[in-house]
Amino acid sequence: MAKCVLAVDDSKTMRDMVSFTLRGAGYTVIEADNGVNALKALVGQKVDVNMPEMDGITLVRKIRGQPQHAGTPVLILTTESDQSKKDEGRGAGATGWIVKPFSPEKLLQIVAKVCP
Amino acid sequence: MAEDQSYDLSRFKATYFEECSELLASAEETIARLQEGSEHPEDDLNALFRCVHSIKGGGGAFAFEDLVHFAHVFETSMDALRSGRAQLTPHVGDILVRGNDVLGDFVRAAQEGATLPADHGAEVKALLAGIISGEAAAPAKPAPTAPAAPVAVSTEPGYATWKIRLIPAAGLLRTGNDPLLMIRELASLGEMNVAVDRSQLPPLAEMDAQNAYLSWTFTLVTDKGRGAIEEVFEFVAGDSADVVIEQIGAEVDAQEGDGWGLFAPLPPAAETVAAPTPVAASAGATPPPAATHAPPAKGGDTGAGGIHTSSIRVDLDRVDRLVNMVGELVITQAMLGQQASGFSIESHPELVQGLQELSHHTRELQESVMAIRAQPIKALFSRAPRLVRDLSAKLNKQARLVMSGENTEVDKTVIEQLSDPLTHLIRNSLDHGIETPEERIAQGKPAEGTIHLGAEHRSGRVVIQVSDDGKGIDRKRVLEKAIEKGLVDRGAQLTDEQIDQMIFAPGFSTAAQVSDVSGRGVGMDVVRRNIQDVGGRVVVQSTPGEGSRFILSLPLTLAVMDGMLVAVGNERYVLPLTNIVESLRPNAQQARTLVNVGDVLTLRGDYIRLIRLYDLFGIKNAITETTRGLVVVVETEGGDRIGLLVDELLGQQQVVIKSLDSNYRPVEGISAATILGDGRVALILDVGALRIMGERLNRSQVEAAANAEAAE
Repeated sequence: MAKCVLAVDDSKTMRDMVSFTLRGAGYTVIEADNGVNALKALVGQKVDVNMPEMDGITLVRKIRGQPQHAGTPVLILTTESDQSKKDEGRGAGATGWIVKPFSPEKLLQIVAKVCP
Repeated sequence: MAEDQSYDLSRFKATYFEECSELLASAEETIARLQEGSEHPEDDLNALFRCVHSIKGGGGAFAFEDLVHFAHVFETSMDALRSGRAQLTPHVGDILVRGNDVLGDFVRAAQEGATLPADHGAEVKALLAGIISGEAAAPAKPAPTAPAAPVAVSTEPGYATWKIRLIPAAGLLRTGNDPLLMIRELASLGEMNVAVDRSQLPPLAEMDAQNAYLSWTFTLVTDKGRGAIEEVFEFVAGDSADVVIEQIGAEVDAQEGDGWGLFAPLPPAAETVAAPTPVAASAGATPPPAATHAPPAKGGDTGAGGIHTSSIRVDLDRVDRLVNMVGELVITQAMLGQQASGFSIESHPELVQGLQELSHHTRELQESVMAIRAQPIKALFSRAPRLVRDLSAKLNKQARLVMSGENTEVDKTVIEQLSDPLTHLIRNSLDHGIETPEERIAQGKPAEGTIHLGAEHRSGRVVIQVSDDGKGIDRKRVLEKAIEKGLVDRGAQLTDEQIDQMIFAPGFSTAAQVSDVSGRGVGMDVVRRNIQDVGGRVVVQSTPGEGSRFILSLPLTLAVMDGMLVAVGNERYVLPLTNIVESLRPNAQQARTLVNVGDVLTLRGDYIRLIRLYDLFGIKNAITETTRGLVVVVETEGGDRIGLLVDELLGQQQVVIKSLDSNYRPVEGISAATILGDGRVALILDVGALRIMGERLNRSQVEAAANAEAAE
């Protein structure tokens, strides 16, 4: 199975860095600049596009709401290393977290952990 | 996890800075909206927060410490506003504006690799910190900027035996964690034995594929430390699974690996493939379909197509190259068309038809390429509100800005060139146009002046207007000043319009005192030059006591235009189609010569100045009799009509504009050059300049005639 990662971030810098790193390691990377597009990529066009934007936590919930993605690994990127963001993500069903800024090695290591 | 030396962050910097400039601009716009009383202050604050946050996030990745520090304080202050801990007062709004400016300074410094003084923005930082109420006041350290150290693999020498219990919570699978992966990872640390506890497994009928039922006990012999083992379960230990790690034998300190983690409970993994299982992995022990860990968006077919469609970012150079190539293609196509003009459709139906299609497609291609560079003029207008606000405060005037047509699309290069002129015009309106509130009230006007900034498409050009309801141009003073500066002769008879246009003369300034805002006398001629540089023109209309209106007319694009090819003697010229009103062969009654004016043409009761192109450009073998040639009536942007005497019209043609300035030097009366289908160069006429040249020529001829008469 092709290893495919969907990188969602509104910052192109961040998407570029994630994609570049992961592609270098052999992953297929699809990028999305917001939650709505991420969901489109994930489940085809069957998404209510009337949501202008959504934060990462909401996106995680939406992903988990898709039966076929109940078990899909989802990592959240967070600048805050504080516990509350992690807990929020955990509550929403995220698989794990990566604290920004991260080194490429770190990113690969963590992604490999949930999607080897 | 070898160090990857080839991984070079700098490759992302360009993107980052590009993004930063967009974010800063958008932040500024948002702050302006907030200051003016936003309808959705919360949304705007959130948007603002995200802008700053994104700048900070990227800055952290590149280790721009100062930037991150400042952004953090900025962001925290915004958080205080969002959460209602602080109020958004006008004063706070001003602090945010300044905060954004300082943030921009940091971004620029980072971009240029410059070092700002250590205390740069300290004052603003303190103000921002002031917004953050009490407890949060201290500009907390920003998020750690150094990349987290690679997760520590504990370095204890020697092997130890570990006993690890993994008891997933039922929901572990639903967080995307897969016990199978953890088990594999654990197995990679050393020699491992696995025992499965399937006592919780319900009968098949009651089984929920998404629940975790199995738990495990591992016996691991490894030389890695406890940290390495904890790391395996980082995301799941706690809420999602019970993980018990015991060393059989000596105790080892736990290690923290904080740069990441996995939430979740270990699931029920399916078979424990990787590890030897003492308990037979009895059939059916793997109810949870293993398929669930497919990574997001498998394959490109799911809808990946939907992601990128909204926009892409392309280097402007590439677009320029494309534009140039299309320009060349247009020329080639015109050349082919000309070569084939001798063939009739009967004798060469395919060729003729093919060429027609080529012409069609070339045109479409060209329009599409131009559309790539087109941008809403909003980008330009967005700076205006702040300019008006800041300046009116500085000048103690009250003014509001009304904008229209922000979505009018204009070539990006035109937009870039317009930034300075527009700033100057707005400053000028505020400084010289709008009166002080007292003066306004005395004249029965509302205390608050209005500046209108508008853009629209008009006959193939974009017209931008800056108008105010101020006092208008003081013609008497302008004239005095012009005489004083030697720009006009004393006693010269000038029309009101001519006087108004004087303000564009170099070195002209009427401000009684040189202010910080305008009055340096460089403004208006710089405005005119900048606008002329992009093939535009600026005129001013003014009504004393009611205000002034500056009208900028610009080409939509700087690359291609529709022209009319005309012949004068052996020369070919191109007239911009947008200027042409009509063409006619005048009869003897229409062509007249008026004393003191020169050649004119009467057209439906109006007199139109006639300019003989052969005379102006010194061309031989041209038709000199007005009644035998053709007169093309053209209209300048100022609305004046003049007639140009030419030999004949050769046809309408799309021409690719080649700048004379960059290939040769500016020539009066000529805006640019182009290459015709037969390879000849033709000059593109600048109608506005022709009018001025024609008047001058007439004047000198009239004077010469008068002198000759006097001499007799």
